[in-house]
Amino acid sequence: MIEIKNLKKSFDELQVLKGIDLTVNNGEVLSVIGSSGSGKSTLLYCINALEPIDSGSILVDGIGVHDKSTDVNKLRQKIGMVFQQFNMFPHLTAQENVALAPRKVKKMSKKDAMDLAARQLEHVGLGQKLNSYPSALSGGQQQRVAIARALAMEPSYMLFDEVTSALDPELVGEVEDTMRMLAKEGMTMILVTHEINFARDVSDRIAFFHEGRMEEINSPDQLINHPTSEHTVKFLSNVR
Amino acid sequence: MDYEFLWRPVFQAFPQLLKASLVTIEVSIISMVIGLAAGLLLFFARSSGVWIARFFASVWIEVARNTPALFQLFFFKFGLGAIGIIIDSYITVVMALAFNTAGYMAETFRGGFKAIPGSQLNSARSLGMTFVQAQCYVVIPQVLRAVWHPMTNQFIWVMLLTSLGMLVGLRELSGETQFLYSKTFRAFEFFAATAIIYYCIAKLMLLLFRLIAWRLFRGQ
Repeated sequence: MIEIKNLKKSFDELQVLKGIDLTVNNGEVLSVIGSSGSGKSTLLYCINALEPIDSGSILVDGIGVHDKSTDVNKLRQKIGMVFQQFNMFPHLTAQENVALAPRKVKKMSKKDAMDLAARQLEHVGLGQKLNSYPSALSGGQQQRVAIARALAMEPSYMLFDEVTSALDPELVGEVEDTMRMLAKEGMTMILVTHEINFARDVSDRIAFFHEGRMEEINSPDQLINHPTSEHTVKFLSNVR
Repeated sequence: MDYEFLWRPVFQAFPQLLKASLVTIEVSIISMVIGLAAGLLLFFARSSGVWIARFFASVWIEVARNTPALFQLFFFKFGLGAIGIIIDSYITVVMALAFNTAGYMAETFRGGFKAIPGSQLNSARSLGMTFVQAQCYVVIPQVLRAVWHPMTNQFIWVMLLTSLGMLVGLRELSGETQFLYSKTFRAFEFFAATAIIYYCIAKLMLLLFRLIAWRLFRGQ
Protein backbone atom coordinates (compact mmCIF):
# COMPACT_ATOMS: atom_id res chain seq x y z
CA MET A 1 0.00 0.00 0.00
CA ILE A 2 1.20 3.50 -0.83
CA GLU A 3 -0.03 6.18 1.55
CA ILE A 4 0.61 9.82 0.78
CA LYS A 5 -0.22 12.39 3.42
CA ASN A 6 -0.26 16.15 2.93
CA LEU A 7 2.64 16.01 0.49
CA LYS A 8 4.17 19.36 -0.41
CA LYS A 9 6.97 19.94 -2.87
CA SER A 10 8.50 23.05 -4.43
CA PHE A 11 11.10 23.72 -7.06
CA ASP A 12 12.68 26.96 -5.87
CA GLU A 13 9.83 29.48 -5.67
CA LEU A 14 7.33 27.32 -7.50
CA GLN A 15 5.16 25.03 -5.42
CA VAL A 16 4.25 22.08 -7.62
CA LEU A 17 2.51 19.88 -5.06
CA LYS A 18 0.30 21.74 -2.61
CA GLY A 19 -0.76 19.10 -0.12
CA ILE A 20 -1.61 15.76 -1.71
CA ASP A 21 -3.47 13.05 0.22
CA LEU A 22 -3.74 9.78 -1.62
CA THR A 23 -3.81 6.08 -0.85
CA VAL A 24 -3.18 3.38 -3.43
CA ASN A 25 -4.18 -0.13 -2.38
CA ASN A 26 -2.45 -3.30 -3.39
CA GLY A 27 -3.63 -4.59 -6.74
CA GLU A 28 -5.08 -1.25 -7.67
CA VAL A 29 -4.41 0.62 -10.90
CA LEU A 30 -4.55 4.36 -10.48
CA SER A 31 -4.23 6.77 -13.37
CA VAL A 32 -3.25 10.37 -12.82
CA ILE A 33 -4.34 12.86 -15.44
CA GLY A 34 -4.09 16.64 -15.70
CA SER A 35 -2.42 19.29 -17.79
CA SER A 36 1.34 19.78 -17.97
CA GLY A 37 2.77 21.33 -14.84
CA SER A 38 -0.02 20.04 -12.63
CA GLY A 39 2.51 18.05 -10.58
CA LYS A 40 1.62 14.53 -11.68
CA SER A 41 5.12 13.48 -12.75
CA THR A 42 6.66 15.10 -9.69
CA LEU A 43 4.39 12.93 -7.56
CA LEU A 44 5.93 9.78 -9.09
CA TYR A 45 9.47 11.10 -8.62
CA CYS A 46 8.69 11.78 -4.97
CA ILE A 47 7.26 8.29 -4.45
CA ASN A 48 10.52 6.81 -5.77
CA ALA A 49 12.67 9.22 -3.74
CA LEU A 50 14.18 10.65 -6.91
CA GLU A 51 13.05 14.07 -5.65
CA PRO A 52 13.19 15.24 -2.04
CA ILE A 53 9.97 16.56 -0.52
CA ASP A 54 9.29 19.69 1.54
CA SER A 55 6.77 18.29 3.98
CA GLY A 56 4.20 15.58 4.49
CA SER A 57 4.96 11.89 4.13
CA ILE A 58 4.91 9.00 1.72
CA LEU A 59 4.68 5.49 3.15
CA VAL A 60 5.30 2.43 0.99
CA ASP A 61 4.31 -0.74 2.84
CA GLY A 62 4.57 1.35 5.98
CA ILE A 63 8.12 2.54 5.29
CA GLY A 64 8.66 6.30 5.09
CA VAL A 65 10.24 6.94 1.70
CA HIS A 66 11.88 10.16 2.82
CA ASP A 67 12.83 9.14 6.35
CA LYS A 68 16.53 9.56 7.01
CA SER A 69 16.74 6.00 8.31
CA THR A 70 15.28 4.47 5.14
CA ASP A 71 17.61 2.68 2.75
CA VAL A 72 16.29 4.11 -0.51
CA ASN A 73 18.27 1.67 -2.65
CA LYS A 74 16.48 -1.17 -0.93
CA LEU A 75 13.11 0.55 -1.07
CA ARG A 76 13.44 1.31 -4.78
CA GLN A 77 13.67 -2.41 -5.50
CA LYS A 78 10.02 -2.59 -4.47
CA ILE A 79 9.04 0.25 -6.78
CA GLY A 80 9.65 -0.12 -10.49
CA MET A 81 9.56 2.98 -12.63
CA VAL A 82 9.39 3.62 -16.34
CA PHE A 83 10.03 7.08 -17.71
CA GLN A 84 8.80 9.23 -20.54
CA GLN A 85 12.20 9.41 -22.25
CA PHE A 86 13.47 6.11 -23.60
CA ASN A 87 15.94 5.11 -20.97
CA MET A 88 17.46 1.94 -22.18
CA PHE A 89 21.18 1.93 -21.48
CA PRO A 90 22.58 2.43 -25.00
CA HIS A 91 25.82 0.54 -24.41
CA LEU A 92 24.06 -2.70 -23.45
CA THR A 93 21.90 -5.18 -25.34
CA ALA A 94 18.25 -5.64 -24.37
CA GLN A 95 19.13 -8.70 -22.31
CA GLU A 96 22.07 -6.97 -20.60
CA ASN A 97 19.85 -3.96 -19.87
CA VAL A 98 17.41 -6.16 -18.00
CA ALA A 99 20.09 -8.29 -16.32
CA LEU A 100 22.22 -5.40 -15.03
CA ALA A 101 20.31 -4.49 -11.88
CA PRO A 102 19.61 -8.10 -10.78
CA ARG A 103 23.34 -8.77 -11.11
CA LYS A 104 24.67 -5.67 -9.43
CA VAL A 105 21.93 -4.93 -6.92
CA LYS A 106 20.62 -8.40 -6.08
CA LYS A 107 24.05 -9.98 -6.64
CA MET A 108 22.66 -12.71 -8.87
CA SER A 109 25.12 -14.77 -10.87
CA LYS A 110 25.55 -13.66 -14.46
CA LYS A 111 23.84 -16.78 -15.77
CA ASP A 112 20.81 -16.48 -13.47
CA ALA A 113 20.45 -12.79 -14.27
CA MET A 114 20.65 -13.41 -18.02
CA ASP A 115 18.08 -16.22 -17.74
CA LEU A 116 15.79 -13.98 -15.75
CA ALA A 117 16.26 -11.21 -18.32
CA ALA A 118 15.38 -13.58 -21.15
CA ARG A 119 12.18 -14.62 -19.33
CA GLN A 120 11.18 -11.02 -18.64
CA LEU A 121 11.78 -9.98 -22.24
CA GLU A 122 9.77 -12.99 -23.39
CA HIS A 123 7.01 -11.82 -21.09
CA VAL A 124 6.77 -8.43 -22.78
CA GLY A 125 6.93 -10.06 -26.21
CA LEU A 126 10.57 -9.34 -27.00
CA GLY A 127 11.99 -12.85 -26.83
CA GLN A 128 13.41 -12.34 -30.32
CA LYS A 129 15.34 -9.19 -29.38
CA LEU A 130 17.60 -10.37 -26.58
CA ASN A 131 20.81 -9.40 -28.35
CA SER A 132 19.58 -6.18 -29.92
CA TYR A 133 21.09 -2.89 -28.92
CA PRO A 134 18.69 0.00 -28.24
CA SER A 135 19.74 1.70 -31.47
CA ALA A 136 18.20 -1.22 -33.35
CA LEU A 137 14.88 -1.12 -31.49
CA SER A 138 11.82 1.04 -32.05
CA GLY A 139 10.66 3.44 -29.34
CA GLY A 140 7.85 1.07 -28.43
CA GLN A 141 10.23 -1.86 -28.10
CA GLN A 142 12.60 0.26 -26.01
CA GLN A 143 9.80 1.13 -23.62
CA ARG A 144 8.85 -2.53 -23.32
CA VAL A 145 12.46 -3.36 -22.50
CA ALA A 146 12.33 -0.63 -19.86
CA ILE A 147 9.22 -2.28 -18.42
CA ALA A 148 10.89 -5.71 -18.44
CA ARG A 149 13.95 -4.16 -16.79
CA ALA A 150 11.85 -2.77 -13.97
CA LEU A 151 9.93 -6.05 -13.60
CA ALA A 152 13.17 -8.03 -13.31
CA MET A 153 13.64 -6.52 -9.84
CA GLU A 154 10.28 -8.09 -8.89
CA PRO A 155 8.76 -4.88 -7.63
CA SER A 156 5.46 -4.71 -5.75
CA TYR A 157 4.59 -1.41 -7.40
CA MET A 158 5.07 0.06 -10.84
CA LEU A 159 5.13 3.75 -11.66
CA PHE A 160 4.66 4.84 -15.26
CA ASP A 161 5.49 8.42 -16.15
CA GLU A 162 3.84 9.26 -19.48
CA VAL A 163 5.54 6.27 -21.05
CA THR A 164 3.74 6.59 -24.37
CA SER A 165 3.90 10.33 -24.89
CA ALA A 166 7.26 10.31 -26.69
CA LEU A 167 6.16 7.50 -29.00
CA ASP A 168 5.00 7.63 -32.58
CA PRO A 169 1.23 7.05 -32.57
CA GLU A 170 1.44 3.62 -34.20
CA LEU A 171 3.74 2.37 -31.41
CA VAL A 172 1.54 3.44 -28.51
CA GLY A 173 -0.66 0.35 -28.71
CA GLU A 174 2.04 -2.26 -28.00
CA VAL A 175 3.20 -0.43 -24.88
CA GLU A 176 -0.36 0.03 -23.64
CA ASP A 177 -1.02 -3.66 -24.22
CA THR A 178 1.97 -4.50 -22.05
CA MET A 179 0.65 -2.29 -19.25
CA ARG A 180 -2.81 -3.84 -19.65
CA MET A 181 -1.28 -7.27 -19.23
CA LEU A 182 0.44 -6.16 -16.02
CA ALA A 183 -2.79 -4.71 -14.70
CA LYS A 184 -4.52 -8.03 -15.38
CA GLU A 185 -1.77 -9.87 -13.53
CA GLY A 186 -2.63 -7.82 -10.47
CA MET A 187 0.32 -5.42 -10.38
CA THR A 188 -0.23 -2.30 -8.32
CA MET A 189 0.32 0.59 -10.68
CA ILE A 190 0.26 4.35 -10.78
CA LEU A 191 0.29 5.71 -14.27
CA VAL A 192 0.61 9.30 -15.27
CA THR A 193 -0.90 9.59 -18.70
CA HIS A 194 -2.45 11.80 -21.34
CA GLU A 195 -4.31 8.94 -22.96
CA ILE A 196 -7.75 9.32 -21.39
CA ASN A 197 -9.23 6.35 -23.19
CA PHE A 198 -6.45 4.07 -22.06
CA ALA A 199 -6.79 5.37 -18.50
CA ARG A 200 -10.51 4.62 -18.57
CA ASP A 201 -9.95 1.06 -19.79
CA VAL A 202 -7.20 0.04 -17.46
CA SER A 203 -7.76 1.95 -14.21
CA ASP A 204 -9.67 1.23 -11.06
CA ARG A 205 -9.60 4.90 -10.21
CA ILE A 206 -8.53 8.08 -11.97
CA ALA A 207 -7.19 11.14 -10.18
CA PHE A 208 -7.30 14.56 -11.80
CA PHE A 209 -4.53 16.96 -10.83
CA HIS A 210 -4.76 20.69 -11.30
CA GLU A 211 -2.05 23.19 -10.32
CA GLY A 212 -0.54 21.01 -7.65
CA ARG A 213 -3.78 19.84 -6.10
CA MET A 214 -5.76 16.67 -6.51
CA GLU A 215 -9.04 18.14 -7.71
CA GLU A 216 -10.93 14.94 -7.99
CA ILE A 217 -10.49 11.18 -7.66
CA ASN A 218 -13.11 8.69 -8.68
CA SER A 219 -13.93 5.62 -10.72
CA PRO A 220 -13.17 6.08 -14.42
CA ASP A 221 -16.82 6.20 -15.33
CA GLN A 222 -17.70 8.77 -12.67
CA LEU A 223 -14.68 10.99 -13.31
CA ILE A 224 -14.96 11.02 -17.08
CA ASN A 225 -18.72 11.03 -17.52
CA HIS A 226 -19.78 12.89 -14.39
CA PRO A 227 -16.92 15.14 -13.30
CA THR A 228 -17.70 17.37 -10.35
CA SER A 229 -14.94 19.93 -10.59
CA GLU A 230 -15.13 22.66 -13.21
CA HIS A 231 -11.39 22.23 -13.87
CA THR A 232 -11.95 18.56 -14.68
CA VAL A 233 -14.78 19.43 -17.03
CA LYS A 234 -12.61 21.97 -18.80
CA PHE A 235 -9.62 19.63 -19.03
CA LEU A 236 -11.69 16.75 -20.40
CA SER A 237 -13.38 18.94 -22.98
CA ASN A 238 -9.95 20.09 -24.16
CA VAL A 239 -8.45 16.65 -24.59
CA ARG A 240 -11.43 15.13 -26.36
CA MET B 1 75.22 23.51 -48.51
CA ASP B 2 78.20 21.45 -47.58
CA TYR B 3 76.53 19.25 -44.96
CA GLU B 4 77.31 15.64 -45.66
CA PHE B 5 74.55 13.22 -44.71
CA LEU B 6 75.76 10.29 -42.73
CA TRP B 7 73.13 7.81 -41.60
CA ARG B 8 75.36 5.08 -40.25
CA PRO B 9 75.47 6.47 -36.69
CA VAL B 10 71.68 6.49 -36.64
CA PHE B 11 71.45 2.88 -37.71
CA GLN B 12 74.09 1.92 -35.21
CA ALA B 13 72.24 3.68 -32.45
CA PHE B 14 68.90 2.23 -33.43
CA PRO B 15 68.69 -0.22 -30.50
CA GLN B 16 69.27 2.66 -28.10
CA LEU B 17 66.56 4.72 -29.81
CA LEU B 18 64.12 1.85 -29.58
CA LYS B 19 64.90 1.33 -25.93
CA ALA B 20 64.32 5.03 -25.31
CA SER B 21 61.06 4.77 -27.25
CA LEU B 22 59.90 2.18 -24.77
CA VAL B 23 60.58 4.64 -21.95
CA THR B 24 58.54 7.23 -23.84
CA ILE B 25 55.65 4.80 -24.33
CA GLU B 26 55.81 3.62 -20.73
CA VAL B 27 55.83 7.14 -19.29
CA SER B 28 52.96 8.12 -21.62
CA ILE B 29 50.76 5.21 -20.65
CA ILE B 30 51.34 5.57 -16.91
CA SER B 31 50.73 9.35 -17.06
CA MET B 32 47.58 8.84 -19.11
CA VAL B 33 46.10 6.23 -16.82
CA ILE B 34 46.79 8.27 -13.70
CA GLY B 35 45.70 11.48 -15.44
CA LEU B 36 42.48 9.87 -16.63
CA ALA B 37 41.55 8.55 -13.20
CA ALA B 38 42.54 11.80 -11.49
CA GLY B 39 40.61 13.79 -14.10
CA LEU B 40 37.48 11.79 -13.35
CA LEU B 41 37.92 12.33 -9.60
CA LEU B 42 38.51 16.04 -10.21
CA PHE B 43 35.28 16.24 -12.18
CA PHE B 44 33.32 14.65 -9.32
CA ALA B 45 35.14 16.78 -6.75
CA ARG B 46 34.33 19.96 -8.64
CA SER B 47 30.65 19.10 -8.95
CA SER B 48 30.37 17.87 -5.34
CA GLY B 49 28.65 19.66 -2.51
CA VAL B 50 31.80 19.80 -0.37
CA TRP B 51 33.36 23.23 -0.80
CA ILE B 52 36.89 22.17 0.09
CA ALA B 53 36.79 19.47 -2.61
CA ARG B 54 35.39 21.96 -5.10
CA PHE B 55 38.08 24.48 -4.23
CA PHE B 56 40.92 21.97 -4.45
CA ALA B 57 39.69 20.66 -7.81
CA SER B 58 39.17 24.13 -9.26
CA VAL B 59 42.70 25.24 -8.34
CA TRP B 60 44.18 22.08 -9.83
CA ILE B 61 42.22 22.41 -13.08
CA GLU B 62 42.95 26.14 -13.41
CA VAL B 63 46.68 25.75 -12.87
CA ALA B 64 46.97 22.66 -15.07
CA ARG B 65 45.21 24.29 -18.00
CA ASN B 66 46.51 27.84 -17.77
CA THR B 67 50.22 27.46 -17.16
CA PRO B 68 52.80 25.91 -19.51
CA ALA B 69 53.36 22.20 -19.10
CA LEU B 70 57.08 22.88 -19.05
CA PHE B 71 56.70 25.11 -15.97
CA GLN B 72 54.61 22.47 -14.26
CA LEU B 73 57.40 19.98 -14.88
CA PHE B 74 60.07 22.40 -13.65
CA PHE B 75 58.03 23.10 -10.56
CA PHE B 76 57.87 19.42 -9.66
CA LYS B 77 61.58 18.95 -10.37
CA PHE B 78 63.34 22.18 -9.40
CA GLY B 79 60.65 23.95 -7.39
CA LEU B 80 60.16 21.03 -5.06
CA GLY B 81 63.88 20.29 -5.27
CA ALA B 82 64.66 23.73 -3.91
CA ILE B 83 62.71 23.02 -0.74
CA GLY B 84 64.38 19.67 -0.33
CA ILE B 85 61.89 17.37 -1.98
CA ILE B 86 64.01 15.57 -4.53
CA ILE B 87 62.19 13.27 -6.87
CA ASP B 88 63.53 10.90 -9.46
CA SER B 89 63.29 12.29 -13.03
CA TYR B 90 61.10 9.45 -14.26
CA ILE B 91 58.59 9.97 -11.47
CA THR B 92 58.74 13.73 -11.86
CA VAL B 93 57.77 13.49 -15.52
CA VAL B 94 54.92 11.10 -14.72
CA MET B 95 53.68 13.39 -11.95
CA ALA B 96 53.82 16.52 -14.10
CA LEU B 97 52.14 14.93 -17.11
CA ALA B 98 49.48 13.24 -14.98
CA PHE B 99 48.83 16.58 -13.26
CA ASN B 100 48.50 18.30 -16.61
CA THR B 101 46.35 15.58 -18.20
CA ALA B 102 44.03 15.41 -15.20
CA GLY B 103 43.24 19.11 -15.56
CA TYR B 104 42.36 18.78 -19.22
CA MET B 105 40.47 15.53 -18.77
CA ALA B 106 38.35 17.01 -15.97
CA GLU B 107 37.13 19.62 -18.44
CA THR B 108 36.58 17.02 -21.15
CA PHE B 109 34.61 14.88 -18.71
CA ARG B 110 32.46 17.87 -17.82
CA GLY B 111 31.32 18.03 -21.42
CA GLY B 112 30.91 14.27 -21.57
CA PHE B 113 28.73 14.06 -18.47
CA LYS B 114 26.61 16.94 -19.73
CA ALA B 115 25.91 14.96 -22.88
CA ILE B 116 24.28 12.09 -20.94
CA PRO B 117 20.62 12.79 -20.10
CA GLY B 118 19.93 12.94 -16.37
CA SER B 119 17.18 10.40 -16.94
CA GLN B 120 19.85 7.71 -17.44
CA LEU B 121 21.04 8.22 -13.87
CA ASN B 122 17.45 8.35 -12.63
CA SER B 123 16.47 5.10 -14.27
CA ALA B 124 19.56 3.37 -12.94
CA ARG B 125 18.81 4.68 -9.44
CA SER B 126 15.15 3.68 -9.77
CA LEU B 127 16.35 0.07 -10.17
CA GLY B 128 17.95 0.23 -6.74
CA MET B 129 21.53 0.94 -7.82
CA THR B 130 23.62 3.11 -5.57
CA PHE B 131 25.05 6.36 -6.93
CA VAL B 132 28.43 4.74 -7.48
CA GLN B 133 26.95 1.67 -9.20
CA ALA B 134 24.83 3.85 -11.46
CA GLN B 135 27.87 5.90 -12.42
CA CYS B 136 30.14 2.91 -12.99
CA TYR B 137 27.78 0.67 -14.94
CA VAL B 138 25.48 3.12 -16.67
CA VAL B 139 26.76 6.68 -16.90
CA ILE B 140 30.55 6.45 -17.19
CA PRO B 141 30.55 3.87 -20.03
CA GLN B 142 28.44 6.32 -22.02
CA VAL B 143 30.63 9.28 -21.02
CA LEU B 144 33.69 7.35 -22.15
CA ARG B 145 32.11 6.94 -25.53
CA ALA B 146 31.24 10.65 -25.70
CA VAL B 147 34.75 11.80 -24.79
CA TRP B 148 36.62 9.11 -26.72
CA HIS B 149 37.91 11.34 -29.51
CA PRO B 150 39.02 14.32 -27.40
CA MET B 151 40.51 11.78 -25.00
CA THR B 152 42.61 10.07 -27.66
CA ASN B 153 43.81 13.49 -28.84
CA GLN B 154 44.82 14.31 -25.31
CA PHE B 155 46.66 11.01 -25.01
CA ILE B 156 48.66 11.62 -28.19
CA TRP B 157 49.44 15.07 -26.85
CA VAL B 158 50.73 13.57 -23.60
CA MET B 159 52.93 11.17 -25.52
CA LEU B 160 54.49 14.09 -27.39
CA LEU B 161 54.84 16.07 -24.16
CA THR B 162 57.02 13.34 -22.68
CA SER B 163 59.80 14.92 -24.79
CA LEU B 164 59.98 17.60 -22.09
CA GLY B 165 61.50 14.84 -19.99
CA MET B 166 64.89 15.53 -21.55
CA LEU B 167 64.96 18.89 -19.78
CA VAL B 168 64.92 17.22 -16.39
CA GLY B 169 67.39 14.54 -17.37
CA LEU B 170 65.13 11.69 -18.40
CA ARG B 171 66.58 9.56 -21.18
CA GLU B 172 63.38 9.07 -23.05
CA LEU B 173 63.33 9.28 -26.83
CA SER B 174 64.18 13.01 -27.04
CA GLY B 175 66.70 12.83 -24.24
CA GLU B 176 68.40 9.86 -25.86
CA THR B 177 68.42 11.61 -29.25
CA GLN B 178 69.99 14.69 -27.74
CA PHE B 179 72.63 12.52 -26.10
CA LEU B 180 73.42 10.63 -29.30
CA TYR B 181 73.57 13.84 -31.28
CA SER B 182 76.02 15.38 -28.86
CA LYS B 183 78.21 12.32 -29.26
CA THR B 184 78.12 12.18 -33.06
CA PHE B 185 77.07 15.69 -34.18
CA ARG B 186 74.69 14.14 -36.71
CA ALA B 187 71.90 16.56 -35.81
CA PHE B 188 69.79 16.33 -38.95
CA GLU B 189 69.93 12.57 -39.16
CA PHE B 190 69.10 11.91 -35.52
CA PHE B 191 66.33 14.46 -35.22
CA ALA B 192 64.77 13.29 -38.46
CA ALA B 193 64.90 9.66 -37.38
CA THR B 194 63.39 10.54 -34.01
CA ALA B 195 60.62 12.56 -35.61
CA ILE B 196 59.73 9.50 -37.66
CA ILE B 197 59.73 7.30 -34.56
CA TYR B 198 57.42 9.75 -32.74
CA TYR B 199 55.14 9.73 -35.74
CA CYS B 200 55.03 5.95 -35.77
CA ILE B 201 54.31 5.77 -32.04
CA ALA B 202 51.45 8.25 -32.44
CA LYS B 203 49.98 6.30 -35.35
CA LEU B 204 50.28 3.04 -33.45
CA MET B 205 48.52 4.53 -30.44
CA LEU B 206 45.71 5.82 -32.64
CA LEU B 207 45.33 2.38 -34.17
CA LEU B 208 45.23 0.85 -30.71
CA PHE B 209 42.55 3.30 -29.58
CA ARG B 210 40.52 2.54 -32.66
CA LEU B 211 40.71 -1.17 -31.90
CA ILE B 212 39.69 -0.60 -28.29
CA ALA B 213 36.80 1.60 -29.40
CA TRP B 214 35.67 -1.02 -31.87
CA ARG B 215 35.71 -3.65 -29.13
CA LEU B 216 34.14 -1.40 -26.51
CA PHE B 217 31.42 0.43 -28.38
CA ARG B 218 29.76 -2.32 -30.34
CA GLY B 219 26.12 -1.66 -31.04
CA GLN B 220 26.26 2.06 -30.44
